[in-house]
Parts: sequence; C-alpha cells; structure tokens
Amino acid sequence: MNTPGTPLPAPPAEPSRDLYLRAFQGLLLARALDDKLASLYRGGKISGGLYLGRGQEALSAAIGILLQPGDVFAPLIRDLAGRLAFGETVLEVLQTYLGSPLGPMRGRDGNVHRGRPRAGLLPMVSHLGAMVSVVNGILFARAMKGIPGSIGVASLGDGATSTGASHEGLNQAAVERLPLVAVVANNQYAYSTPVARQYACASLVDRAVGYGFQGTRVDGTDLMACLRALGGAFHRARQGGGPQMVVGDLLRLCGHGEHDDGAYMDLRLREAPFGQDCLKQSEAFLRQSAWATAQEIEEWRNRQIQAVEEALNLVQHDPPVDPYREAWQALSTGPGDIHGE
Amino acid sequence: MSITYLEAIREAQARALAEDPRVFIYGQDVGPFGGAFKATKNLAREFPGRVLDAPISEDAIVGLAVGAALEGMRPIVEMQFADFSTIAFNQVVNQAATLFWRTGVPCPIVVRLPSGGTAGSGPFHSQSLESIYAHFPGLFVLTPATVEDAYSMLLAAVALDDPVVFCEHKLLYYHLKAGQLPTEALPIGKARIARPGRDMTIVAYSALLHEALAVAEELATEGTEIEVVDLRSVKPLDTDTIVASVARTGRLLAIGESWPWGGVTAEVVARVAAEGLGLLDAPPQRLNAKDTPIPFHPQLWAAHRPIAESIAAAARNLLKL
Ligand SMILES: Cc1ncc(C[n+]2csc(CCOP(=O)(O)OP(=O)(O)O)c2C)c(N)n1
Ligand SMILES: [Mg+2]
Repeated sequence: MNTPGTPLPAPPAEPSRDLYLRAFQGLLLARALDDKLASLYRGGKISGGLYLGRGQEALSAAIGILLQPGDVFAPLIRDLAGRLAFGETVLEVLQTYLGSPLGPMRGRDGNVHRGRPRAGLLPMVSHLGAMVSVVNGILFARAMKGIPGSIGVASLGDGATSTGASHEGLNQAAVERLPLVAVVANNQYAYSTPVARQYACASLVDRAVGYGFQGTRVDGTDLMACLRALGGAFHRARQGGGPQMVVGDLLRLCGHGEHDDGAYMDLRLREAPFGQDCLKQSEAFLRQSAWATAQEIEEWRNRQIQAVEEALNLVQHDPPVDPYREAWQALSTGPGDIHGE
Repeated sequence: MSITYLEAIREAQARALAEDPRVFIYGQDVGPFGGAFKATKNLAREFPGRVLDAPISEDAIVGLAVGAALEGMRPIVEMQFADFSTIAFNQVVNQAATLFWRTGVPCPIVVRLPSGGTAGSGPFHSQSLESIYAHFPGLFVLTPATVEDAYSMLLAAVALDDPVVFCEHKLLYYHLKAGQLPTEALPIGKARIARPGRDMTIVAYSALLHEALAVAEELATEGTEIEVVDLRSVKPLDTDTIVASVARTGRLLAIGESWPWGGVTAEVVARVAAEGLGLLDAPPQRLNAKDTPIPFHPQLWAAHRPIAESIAAAARNLLKL
C-alpha cells in the first residue's frame, strides 16, 4: 500500500519506438484476423455470433503489450488485439471460432468466450461486469499468499459499466486495495444504445474518484497516448498505488456484431476525434515520425495477413468435435469418486 | 459435552482453516463480529487475515472466491442469508459452475447458505434454494440434517474440487445437538436410512428430516413402520438408496421445504417412477412448502412449510391409497 509521505517510484519511461512498433504489429495482426473472421462468418463457417474489435485495437493492444507474464487479463468482446498481444495465438482464436476440439475451449464454448485461466487469460462469461470480481479474487489470493508485483486488468465497455456486477467489483477492488486496472472502452454504443441512455455523469472517468480509483482519460484512437496512459496506470498499480481506471474515448467502427449493420449509429460521430480509425492514425504517426516507411508498413501488414492464412490452413486439418467422445460431465470430481447422480 | 449444529459448522471451518492454508472465509460480518449467526465466532482472531468482512456485494463476493480458487485457494463464502444468494446467482451458476466444463480448470469454492424459515423471518430471510441450485449442472448441493453431517459434510465440501452450495438450516442452528463431533462419515452423495421401516418410505433432507422422524415415531404407535431416508446431498442424488427403500416399502412420500413447482421432491418422484414404478403399491406423493412467498406471521409460516402434522396427514392418506 502507498502510505502518505512515501513517494511513488518514478513513472515509467516514455513509450519507446520499439514498444510502439510491437504494439503496432499487434494492431495489424488483430485487424487482419478480424477481417478474416468476418469473411469466414459471411461464408457461413462460424457458428453463433461474431463481434469485431475494429477501431478499438490501439487501446486493447496497449493493454496486452504492457502486461507482463504472471499478470491477469479479463478481456471483453472487442479485445482481440489485447488478447493476441498478451500471448493468445492466432491458432487458438481460429480453433475456438471454428469449434476445433484441439482449441482451448474444445467446442464447449466459442467465439469471445475463450481463455486460458492458468496463463492469466480469463475466459469471459457473457454476463457483462462479472469478470471484474474474478480478477479481484486472483489478486486478492496473491496478496494473501504474499506474492507481490502482479496486476490485473478487467476490460469494460460503456454499457458494462452500468451493471451491478461491475459496480460491486470495482468497489470491492478499492476496498481491498487491489492492483486492478479497469480499462473502459467507451465506444459510444452498447449494441444500439447510445451513451446518453447509458449514463448521466459528464464522463465515466468521474466515477473513478467515487470508487476510490485513480482515473485517467485517454484518446483511444491514439496508440502512443494509450501506451502512455496505460503504462502509467499499470505502473502505479504495480507499485502499490491502488486500483486504476483508464477510460478510452473511441468509436466502434463496425456493427455490434457482424449480423448488425449499425444503421442506427450517428454518422457524425465519425468526424469527431474519437471517431478516427486508430490503425490509420498510427500509420500516419509512424510515417510522420519517420519510425517506418509506407513500404515497411505494407510489408508488415502482408506478413500479418500471411500469419493468419497459415494458422487457418493448420486449423482446417483439426479433427471435428465428436459428441460420442464428449465426456458430458460438468464436475471435475469423477463419477467414480461420488455416489448418486 | 454437547455441540450444536451451528457449533459444528464453526468447528468444521476452524479445522479447515487450521489444516489447510488455502482456506479462507469471506462474507458479510464474518470477521471480528463472528457472522450474523455466529458461525465464524472467534475465527478472525484465531486465524488472522483469513476470515474477512466483505462489502454487501454478493455477486462480487462469489466472483472473488472464484478468482481465488483459480489461484489455488479454497474459499468458503458465507451468505448472510440464503435469500441474498440470488444476487450472487450469476456468479454461482454461470461463472463457478461452468468453469471446469469450459476450461478444464476446477473451481473449488464453498458457498454456505443459511437456509429455511424461522418464525417471523418472512419472505426474504426464509428461503430454501436447494432446488433451484440443483437444477444447474456443475454444482454440488448439500443439505445436512444432523450435527454430524453439518461438520463432516462441510469439511468434505472444502476438500471437493468443485463448487459446493452448502445449505444449512437455520432452524437447526441452536437446538439440534450431538454428544460429540463425528470421527467418520458417509461419502458425499450417499443417502442414509435414518430410520428403518417396511410400510412406507419418507424421503427427506435438512430440517424436515426431524419432522419426518417425529411422524415415523407417531405412526409407529399406530402400528405403521415408516422408513425415513435422509438424502444428505440433493445433488448428486442417491437414487439407488431411494429405490431400494421403496422396494422394501412400496410407498413413497418425498418432502421438501422449497416450493412445489419442480425441485428436489419432484426429482425424487420422477426417478422412482422411472426406475421403480413396479415397486410402488400406490401413486408416489410429495409435500412441499405452499406455492406463495414465505409468510412472516409464525402461524401462517407454520402452515406454509411441511411440518409433522401435515406430513403425518399426507402419510396417513398415502397408506389409504
Ligand atoms: C448482463 C448482460 N446483459 C446483456 C448482455 C447482452 N450484450 C452483449 S454485448 C452488449 C453491449 C455491450 O456494450 P458495451 O459494454 O458498451 O460493450 P461494446 O459492445 O460496446 O464493446 C449487450 C447488451 C450481456 N452480455 N450481459
Ligand atoms: Mg460500448
């Protein structure tokens, strides 16, 4: 805990070119994979829904790239970029969408409901806000066991911030002084509902102080700003500065899901600063700063598209799920170990 | 020496805390205050830092327990009243109960529910929710009726690798006593013949076991021998012991304190009908609480839930069928 009078260690250095470039590769990969998933969906190859992260890659990738091994990440539906940057493989993503028995969810759960709890990547349940307290529990147990240093991120959308579960979880994190970072992707809509019907405070970041969090607001379309804001928040949480909230302003550049054309969205939002495409913004930044040439960017983009194709080729050789070989058993305690049914 | 059902729950938690460093207790007022019913009396002092007051956030309480279980802990959550667990329902049935099946990673948490009515408690401090939890896959739902089972089944619950909803009956807390704590126990999921008989089987669990035993005693004076089965665990359900009892008696009355639409008693009747219809000499019967919210007034409440009088009436009726 950061007691008064104990100055926090120095803030992290300004994001380096190397960090930025690695995060940028993450944006390219996530966009390439989302595009491929969209075409698989249109081709009828994906069962259930498909929810893309277009427009939110900068904020999400910054989370994944700044987290360290041992940290915990509870992503939500538009966090493909963050998941990949945190270590999820393209292969696992495709295996889950295509229902491969070799993927982490083995056809039992699909699309965004995937993860590897033992690797710190929590598999979200659909119920929005419900993952916050689960991240808290991991951090709480670590504190109890005296394992310092790791932090946890719980992603929230503007809509998810209205659930009771997220209020309970955020308050709990503050009461327990946990190194939780709540990252709110304020993309202006929850399905078709605009933010004006979601909350009435001036900014969601105003809630931070009410919970006992330190709050930061960031332009979610600006990768450098996201790296800076999240880097600072992660650093403070890791050093015992208490729970942090980072609210990113951005725009969902797609429908809620691929079944939804988003016709209800106000097109004027696209003109606003938060309505810009983070990928285009960071390409412009790279060229202007001479950190990369247009040609390099194209090469990288093609490389990521290639990586997606290669993984897709692999998945297509996975065996199909087999209902006859499914254990159909919800308990980990084996039927031999218990009486009754 | 004598020990109450509530003390047995406290002692089981004390032993779990003493023997397993992974165990901690989290719930409202469970810390220095010792819990609304004193089920954690002195535990915060005896086990510093491991018996912790939680904010009034049932959802987040269970969510935190799930996260801690992922991190290798064995949390015990105390709901102040079973009724408030509906706020945590999502975390129990959608988070905890699906985790192993979805990911292969087990979720060893125990959620203790102070259940059932007491006089004057009314609609929101009296509920018996075992039937609704038992409906969901991925959970154990335990309903101890004796001091011995309260102790040994709670310890067994902590040792299980799966989420457990532990329904303890508030009516038994202070009045039910045993000479000493048990040294051995039946396995989880095994029902017990609480009283042998040849004329009729009453399947009961939790506090209604004692009403059933009183009815068996009373009808014995009239020459009717009732066999009483104590389910102990409603999920898993020990169909074999139930069917074997019905094979001996030919008559079945299943009783439960939860509501009549579906639930544990309906499940018992359905299983006996499916697996032992030919064993029955009369249509299987069941008796539950009435299909209304639970009334506040003690006299209304006593008429709302099955008690010895109404169970005896149902039993006598069944003998005539
Ligand atoms: C508790 C709950 N209610 C409803 C839903 C259905 N649902 C799924 S996503 C969504 C919108 C979420 O909006 P937001 O939190 O802003 O995230 P975004 O989709 O904008 O990324 C809704 C209503 C749900 N998953 N959980
Ligand atoms: Mg939104």
